[in-house]
Amino acid sequence: MCTLEKRGSLYILTLTGPGEHRLNPTLIDAIQSALRRVKAEPTTSSSALITTAQGKFFSNGFDLAWAQSIQSNLLLMSQKSQSLIHDLITLPMPTIAAISGHVSAAGVFLALSHDYVLMRKDRGFLYMSELDIGMTIPAVYIALLESKIGEPMARRQMLLRAAKLTAKEAVERGVIDAAYDSVDETIRAAVELGEELVKRKWDGHVYAQNRMVILREVLDKLEFDETGGGITNTKSKL
Amino acid sequence: MCTLEKHGNVFILTLTGSSDLDEHRLSPPVIDSILSALSQAKAQATPGSILVTTSHGKFFSNGFDLAWAQAAGSRTGARERLHQMVEDFKPVVAAMIALPMPTVAAINGHAAAAGFTLALSHDYVLMRRDKGVLYMSEIGSASVRRDILLRAKKIKGEEAVKMGIVDSAHDSVEQVAEASMRLGKQLASRKWGGEVYAEIRKSLYPELCGVLGLAQKVVFGQF
Repeated sequence: MCTLEKRGSLYILTLTGPGEHRLNPTLIDAIQSALRRVKAEPTTSSSALITTAQGKFFSNGFDLAWAQSIQSNLLLMSQKSQSLIHDLITLPMPTIAAISGHVSAAGVFLALSHDYVLMRKDRGFLYMSELDIGMTIPAVYIALLESKIGEPMARRQMLLRAAKLTAKEAVERGVIDAAYDSVDETIRAAVELGEELVKRKWDGHVYAQNRMVILREVLDKLEFDETGGGITNTKSKL
Repeated sequence: MCTLEKHGNVFILTLTGSSDLDEHRLSPPVIDSILSALSQAKAQATPGSILVTTSHGKFFSNGFDLAWAQAAGSRTGARERLHQMVEDFKPVVAAMIALPMPTVAAINGHAAAAGFTLALSHDYVLMRRDKGVLYMSEIGSASVRRDILLRAKKIKGEEAVKMGIVDSAHDSVEQVAEASMRLGKQLASRKWGGEVYAEIRKSLYPELCGVLGLAQKVVFGQF
């Protein structure tokens, strides 16, 4: 499912295996478990998180086969995904998504929940497939999109045209931060960026609070079962 | 007034006029006629339908019919008539945002004030590079539209593209029409379900939906 590695001050969370890393409750649980371990480490020095994946896909979105149009399954997946987004938004350290392959739908939202998004440009598309699949998008994900992608036209193009963007196009439209020639280059850049951020010796909790202010629109719209993830308050305290 | 034609999958809404210099002002009867056309398009929508809105001559639309407002004879009368047009127009914007198909505005000429708003209510806006400007003199909410709204700037095709207001600018009105139809056909070929298209569009504009009283709903697709 996923592994968590410590490299100096950096945590590297990898979605393992050659598959599509579809976000189903099991994978989300594994990721959240890893994030809890990251949070639990003593914070004597500042850290950063890099999320990446093995294989051809970063993440191809929700596990629709598992959900099979059963409304309660879809809702559960959406709630768990929102809970995961909450964990990332409240994580007391900078976060970097190193997109290693195709990323679509809920996978894009997972990536955008990170402070920095880097992507390989030699292969892989960034694709909001919801329109093609015929699914509407809950308000919280739109709020995430709005807080990360500045241009209304870029957002419209992603959602209303279900565009498949190359990494280069994604950089041009301000969807992601930077693109690199290969997956190794992307990870190297992520590590470099991570180390640069760690050098600033920021207090992780202050960092998280600042991030939560910027993303308060997203936090306000999160809806998930309070008892599900051990989170006691779904609303921003700010 | 306006006409609604159907060419295959493409609905063409044309603001009609008496001559090439007709300003296609949005008076109450014209607004009614547009609303009626949009209802018709919605009723006949199928996956792969699209709407292209255009006009002919020097103007796409120069906004509300201010002459009619002034013909009320008094200041209060004029204000009431203007207010009526503003209120009458809101359902048009609502209908555009809720329309179950992609929408393209093929801007053939000047688009000012409410005419500009009408254009912006479309998913894609194409205009001429050489002639025609977008112009809005009212003060409104700022952001990127600061230059338009607070500086009452007149924006030509290329600049409108650079500012991210318009999708593309073309060398002539014929090319605008051609490009609009081409874009329309490309969009139509994706055969998106109209309901989910409209709901995703609405989700992009939550505040606007609030102002217009547009409800949103969840659609789970077939997969």
